[in-house]
Amino acid sequence: MNKIEAKKVNVFYGDKQALFDINMDIPERQVTALIGPSGCGKSTFLRCLNRMNDVIEICKVEGEIKINDYDINQKSTDVVRLREKIGMVFQKPNPFPKTLYENISYGPEIHGMAQSKDELDQIVEDSLKKAALWNEVKDRLHEPGTGLSGGQQQRLCIARAISVKPEVILMDEPCSALDPIATAQIEELIDELKKEHTIVIVTHSMSQAARVSQQTGFFHLGKLIEVGSTDKIFKNPNQQQTQDYITGRFG
Amino acid sequence: MNSVIFLTIVLLALSSYFFGRKKAFAIRSSNTRLTALPKFYGYYLSIWCAAPAFIIFSLWSIFEPTVVKYVVLQSFSDQGLLEGELNLIFEKAKSLSRGQFSGEITTALQAAADKYASLRSTASASKAVIILCLLIASIAYAYNRLSKNNRTREPVEIFLQWLFFFASLAAILTTVGIVFSLLFQTIEFFKIIPFFDYLFGMHWYPAKAFVRDASEALDPSMYSDTFGAVPVFAGTFFIAFIAMCVAIPVGLLSGIYLAEYASKKFRQFAKPIVEILAGIPTVVYGFFAALTVGPFLKDIGTAVGLDVSAESALAAGAVMGVMIIPFVSSLSDDVINSVPQNLRDGSYAMGATKSETIKRVIFPAALPGIVGAILLAVSRAIGETMIVVMASGLAANLTFNPLESTSTITAQIVVILIGDQQFEDPKTQAAFALGLTLFVVTLILNVIALSIVKKYREKYD
Repeated sequence: MNKIEAKKVNVFYGDKQALFDINMDIPERQVTALIGPSGCGKSTFLRCLNRMNDVIEICKVEGEIKINDYDINQKSTDVVRLREKIGMVFQKPNPFPKTLYENISYGPEIHGMAQSKDELDQIVEDSLKKAALWNEVKDRLHEPGTGLSGGQQQRLCIARAISVKPEVILMDEPCSALDPIATAQIEELIDELKKEHTIVIVTHSMSQAARVSQQTGFFHLGKLIEVGSTDKIFKNPNQQQTQDYITGRFG
Repeated sequence: MNSVIFLTIVLLALSSYFFGRKKAFAIRSSNTRLTALPKFYGYYLSIWCAAPAFIIFSLWSIFEPTVVKYVVLQSFSDQGLLEGELNLIFEKAKSLSRGQFSGEITTALQAAADKYASLRSTASASKAVIILCLLIASIAYAYNRLSKNNRTREPVEIFLQWLFFFASLAAILTTVGIVFSLLFQTIEFFKIIPFFDYLFGMHWYPAKAFVRDASEALDPSMYSDTFGAVPVFAGTFFIAFIAMCVAIPVGLLSGIYLAEYASKKFRQFAKPIVEILAGIPTVVYGFFAALTVGPFLKDIGTAVGLDVSAESALAAGAVMGVMIIPFVSSLSDDVINSVPQNLRDGSYAMGATKSETIKRVIFPAALPGIVGAILLAVSRAIGETMIVVMASGLAANLTFNPLESTSTITAQIVVILIGDQQFEDPKTQAAFALGLTLFVVTLILNVIALSIVKKYREKYD
């Protein structure tokens, strides 16, 4: 079943068009990887899915993006509710300059998800456990989140994202600032998360796309060249361009 | 004559740059490897030309008057005259030699005047000759070394290093000099007025010291209860407090608006305007406070049956607050802008609204910087003089009623130092004591502010 359906999505930064007629379906409770060379528009597309492009003043998005059959590009969309349902993890770990506990409790608090302190404690514990961080930090929940290592910070950001129980988690190159061990931990985590969440991940590493995803989309120069099951894209793509990129002949 | 010498040095230095560079090209064309880029050959020659000449020139200019005066007054030295009388004779001789003297001309004075004139002309002629010789000698020396293709880059770099060193030395020494002059006068002051009487005294009434006849002997007991600094400090902090009550909320909120809400276009347009506001001379705010705000407050006060003085702490403080608004606004805007965008993104992606993001993520992250900005603004408010002098009166009342007039440290310094002063007088020295105290207070505030700002920077670097 498709969680997200994008139809004819065009994105402009001022006069410059960044995405051209993107049509893409994203299946529920699977990992979809977006690959392609730098500047190809894969991050821009990802940011369309939770309307993070609204933050950029000169950015204009056209077309239809349906999540649960609801077009999020309507004027009447409540962006706050949308982003509650669609979490995001960024390229560079960006914990708030607050304690670990406050980092996680932030989302549930602003959305009024916990009625009591105990409930909030429970959400924080659950989120950290799901992000495989609980055992490492349970004794220092009230220390600043910026004191963690890069990999721990990124898992903290994932815990923060899942604290509001989103249906979709968008990940924008979540491992690009991490070492191989931290990367392996995150990848393992992604595998775990897909049981409950739909995941869209932008990555520069083709081996990572091959490892974690079930579906892959290949972007080039603002166009979606090819999308299909990861197996097919990596073993037997339809397009020559995809073949070239996968085998490292360009990009 | 001085300007001719000066111009000669500059012109020679300029032309020797091109001369040295040309020499470098000549050396290169003879297939010799240069030790540095041609421009360093130019700088080298230029520095050798200008630096010694300038040093001699300035030393000469500093010492010439002293030497001339000594020689002129030598014939008077055995008459047992006081230093002041000798100075007077010298000044008379000087003006006589210029033909501007209209008093009685004695033969001795005429002789001194002639001697002065001849010394001056000899001195300036020999100065010109010596400097010209020096110029030729140093250029010849440097050119000789240069044509042997000696190193030029290192000497130039070392020269520049010393130049920068002396510039920073001058900056530091003037500051130290100012502090010491404050310190010495303050010590003199505390010899007459006990330190604790000054620090904890409840009455500031320097006008009492105006009464003293300079010929009378100094009697410290007549100054008891005259120089008590408490009312002045209370007034300073009180007015600064009123000013911050105006400046912090308005400045901070407008800073947040500029940084977070305003469109790029509006910000580009509004930010320079805010910064221009910060450049309005304080005296303009001063008469605005004295002529508009003060009477306005008095009228309102009269209408509601309150007794408001036309010169009130409230008028001065409020206008001072308005003056500081751009300062707080612009600084907090900068601080908020330097909060990394990815923190905002992180918060928005959680579904936080703009105001939630500002309140819970951006403001805490920017808080140290904002505190630093506010402390800088406070030290400005404490140091502000003109508005207080004009709008809040000059009497240092010990009051915390914003509707009465009060005074501040800086305003009191103005009061004390307007008009004629005697240096040996506790009244004048009181100004130095106040100045030193003010300096110490703002120094402490600035140190705290800077260390907070520094700590904040480390967090994101």
